[in-house]
Amino acid sequence: MARKTSLGRELTKGVLRDNPLLILLLGLCPALAVTTSAINGLGMGVASTFVLVMSNLIVSLLRNVIPDKVRIPAYITIISSLVTMVQFVMQGYVPALNQALGIFIPLITVNCIILGRAEAFANRNTPLASVLDGLGMGIGFTVALFLIGATREILGNGSIFGYFLPFVGEGHMLKPIMIFAMPPGGFAVFGLLIAITQRLNNKFYARQPLGTMDRAHFPGSISARTDAAMHGVEQRFPEGASAAQVPGAVPETLKKDGKPIKEKDQQ
Amino acid sequence: MKEFLIILFSVILIDNLVLSKFLGICSFIGLSKNLKNAMGMSAAVIFVMFVATAVTYPIFYGLLEPNGLSYLQTVIFILVIASVVQILEAILRKAFPPLYQGMGIYLPLITTNCAILGVMLINMTEGYTFLQAIFSSVGAGIGFMLAMFLFAGVRSKMEHSDIPHFMRGLPITFVAAAIVSVSFMGFKGIIENLFG
Repeated sequence: MARKTSLGRELTKGVLRDNPLLILLLGLCPALAVTTSAINGLGMGVASTFVLVMSNLIVSLLRNVIPDKVRIPAYITIISSLVTMVQFVMQGYVPALNQALGIFIPLITVNCIILGRAEAFANRNTPLASVLDGLGMGIGFTVALFLIGATREILGNGSIFGYFLPFVGEGHMLKPIMIFAMPPGGFAVFGLLIAITQRLNNKFYARQPLGTMDRAHFPGSISARTDAAMHGVEQRFPEGASAAQVPGAVPETLKKDGKPIKEKDQQ
Repeated sequence: MKEFLIILFSVILIDNLVLSKFLGICSFIGLSKNLKNAMGMSAAVIFVMFVATAVTYPIFYGLLEPNGLSYLQTVIFILVIASVVQILEAILRKAFPPLYQGMGIYLPLITTNCAILGVMLINMTEGYTFLQAIFSSVGAGIGFMLAMFLFAGVRSKMEHSDIPHFMRGLPITFVAAAIVSVSFMGFKGIIENLFG
């Protein structure tokens, strides 16, 4: 990258400006699945941060050694070995947390954030900058997971870090809203959180939030072909425009009734 | 026969891959905007699920388990899945061009789709037999397809509704997914009632 980078910015950009989860929408699966309590969210965030920092470091050190053609398999091997190490450590020291996170610990391997940072940042930057980038992104991911987990725990279980709040529970004035601890609550809390973050982000950085999978502004793509497939599918609407105002954004169901709009224009 | 039906019902309706296990959310949100893409991706997922189970099951029980190497499953599975997808893509392009046109572009996306690796790991932890594992994987793929199909319909309706400005785009999509997920919670208990 020709652009001059400052190390401080590499560290802080991941927290709000380019928050991997709430702005870039990477790593959704663990974010929704394990965040039934604040401690689960924190645990997942710390485990992912460790893998992210270490994989950025190793990829950055090996960036002149790994041949370009086999870089993706090489990254996957590095990441999955790190994940296996994390799994051993967690089994040994925090078995309860390991039990709660279950299958999502091995699934850190396929978390798009980690492969994305290796591909987009670590393979063209110095080890120090890569470590800071990984740390920043990891902190952003952890904060986001913690927020989702804490919200769901307070609303769904009436507790925080396992301690019950006053006036909540059986025989008290307030009853927890069970549905927030269940799968639908994950989707709903996450939807509201990204609405809030994108609003804040717009306010502070005067910057348009990215659409899902719109990787044009996020170079963490797996391969050029992956991007092509995604871009053929997703179309981002300009800020403030509703779907109907954008040419070519008419849903397929409507096109079938009349002639497709493009043909009409040509005639 | 009954056990296979139970597995199918539970992976499709109760433990739906997307809506209650949260696997494959990226493609669920990213590709459900249009029904054609949603169905192409789902067909590719079902296909890869089947092939990946057929390959990883013998590797796990023939190679890793007897030698006490089952802790290597994550590393081995992800590499096997990545290579299987590459090989499948090459075969499809040469031998079945129409099929490749239909689902070829979705294949590279599948490698990093946590749904495949997740289902492989679940199959091994549940200790299924080979046939049960195949049923569970294909059923999970069908569950993915059902969720994609329903959600593509919801999203096409949503394009014409008047949504508050700050919820437009992704936030409302996730809230809609929450409501679809609530509807799937209604299937709880269906197995006890059907199969006693």
